[in-house]
Amino acid sequence: MYDLRCDSVTKRFGSFTAVNNVSFDIPSGSFFSILGPSGCGKTTLMRMIAGFENPDQGDILIKGRSVLKDAPNKRNVKMVFQHLALFPMMTVGENIAYGLRCRGDAKSEIGGKVNAVLDRVGLPGVEDKQISQLSGGQKQRIAIARCMVLEPDVLLLDEPLGALDLKLREHMKIELKQLQHQFETTFLYITHDQSEALVMSDNVAVMNAGRFEQIGPPKDLYENPVSGFVAGFVGDSNRWGGRVDRMSDGTAHVALDGGDSVLATPGAGGLGDNREVEVFVRPEAISVGRGAEGCTLSGTVDSLLFNGANSRILVRTGTGKLIEVADQAGVSGVNEGDAIDIHWQGHRALCFGKGAA
Amino acid sequence: MRSDAGKLSLILLMAPFALWILLLIVLPQLGIGYVSLREKVGPGQFTFGFGNYMDFLGEPIYWNTLLRTAWMSILVTILALLVGFPVAYYIAKIARQRSRAALFLLCLIPLWVSDLVRAFGWIVLLRETGLVSGALQWAGLISGPVELLYNDVTVVIGLVYTVVLFMIVPLVSTLDGMDDALLEAGYNLGGSRFTVFRRIIVPYAMPGIVAGCIITFMLTAGSYLTPILLGGKNSSWFTEQIYNQFITRYNWEAGATFGVLLLGFTSLVIWLGLKLTGQSLATTVAKD
Repeated sequence: MYDLRCDSVTKRFGSFTAVNNVSFDIPSGSFFSILGPSGCGKTTLMRMIAGFENPDQGDILIKGRSVLKDAPNKRNVKMVFQHLALFPMMTVGENIAYGLRCRGDAKSEIGGKVNAVLDRVGLPGVEDKQISQLSGGQKQRIAIARCMVLEPDVLLLDEPLGALDLKLREHMKIELKQLQHQFETTFLYITHDQSEALVMSDNVAVMNAGRFEQIGPPKDLYENPVSGFVAGFVGDSNRWGGRVDRMSDGTAHVALDGGDSVLATPGAGGLGDNREVEVFVRPEAISVGRGAEGCTLSGTVDSLLFNGANSRILVRTGTGKLIEVADQAGVSGVNEGDAIDIHWQGHRALCFGKGAA
Repeated sequence: MRSDAGKLSLILLMAPFALWILLLIVLPQLGIGYVSLREKVGPGQFTFGFGNYMDFLGEPIYWNTLLRTAWMSILVTILALLVGFPVAYYIAKIARQRSRAALFLLCLIPLWVSDLVRAFGWIVLLRETGLVSGALQWAGLISGPVELLYNDVTVVIGLVYTVVLFMIVPLVSTLDGMDDALLEAGYNLGGSRFTVFRRIIVPYAMPGIVAGCIITFMLTAGSYLTPILLGGKNSSWFTEQIYNQFITRYNWEAGATFGVLLLGFTSLVIWLGLKLTGQSLATTVAKD
């Protein structure tokens, strides 16, 4: 059962194609994210689902029924706006009751529903407060409560964490995921922050220049990206351009620009006859020391970037490349200026044809 | 030292404004108030008391004129709001960024021409031998010339035309600050166009609406040229009474009394308006 289905949706603004032939299904009760850089068309796509824009081609179905002819206020998809758009002239309670009153719920039931939803988002008793009295995280929860009280088929979230400071954002990520479990509603979340998408989602679609590059569970995107764009956008990667010298046993021998030669596995879809490639290696795939198989490079430690479990060693190779190597909590014990060998296994390096989708 | 310099610059910067307020507003008003309490008992002989105010209450033509002025000013204010709101909404929310400034400037252009000339403009259009009368005759809709001046409708139209700009400006600035996402959220949560207008746009714009209403009401009630020129002898505008007392009848005491009464009465109307809409001066006219 799919709550939301988009079928070859296309939207053009003049000669610019904002959303290009996008299709996807979101299973009921799942958390689906659309991840892409700003300007990739993800907001336009969301606005079409909410009904603020009309697609030029394609169809949008909610619970199996096309909603293209429905006005925004007739669609049972609710939206949490980027800056939340809470009504400043109403109290918290009035904000939440607004939708219920528009729907024509009986006055006697509204108060109970408002209290119930405030309980569920963990803010009981704030209904008489003004919006300006709430903290950033509280506003966030009220914006979600205002939508959830209407029991939507799909909840759309348009980068709602963007305005929060880092600490609160980390906290709200977990909280959003828990709220989604609790309400068992389908969430469609759009963001340019890959860690938000990876942490919260059941499925992520990576969008670039109006198209979906890949749809899949976060782990899949991270480990088996289908394109150079996905490999570069999702998670951290070392990224080098180069040329394929020769292929053997499905492994490419790549001569990197500026020297060095490495082994890499062509990504899904193969390389075709593309000789110009980009090689992606995750920092955590690289270990310090020489390896029996795979690829070994030598260099010197340029600097140490301590960041707890995300610490990195920056290694400068003989040819001047800077390579990020994961160094959990600085356990490797190397010092700046040390000569060092690094290696990775051939299958941990992926290469994609340059410029190919 | 720093705070002394700060104090000095505050005094120097505020001095022209303070002098202006003191010399041109406060002192004359005190003078008017003083004169209004003076009763003439003989040539050059005065006593103090509320006799002038009693005279006002005892003469129905006086307080009827004041009430009529207040009612017509309220009517003009409401009409200016009805005319000005869509214009302001268009400028602030619908027009593109580039045409916005041009449209706003278009609203200001009438101010480049003096009140007097603009009132004569209406006279040129509406008099018996004017453009409108001529056009109607040419079209065969009326058989003879028709006088469109010197009636209440013309006065109201002329006043709305004069003051509507002062309604538009505060409305544009309030509506301009409204995030479009609020409207979209209003629709998204199930509101119809009417609901969004009534529950989101109007409450949001309320400070601007009230500020615009206060300014237009005060300007209208205190206007002189437009009602006199377009309404003629029938206009019975309260400022005309004040003028008559001061200039024609040389009765400064009565004129001063009327002046105080006009100020007091319009202030009362505005206070009532603020109470009814639940706003205060701090949230409307004095809003930054």
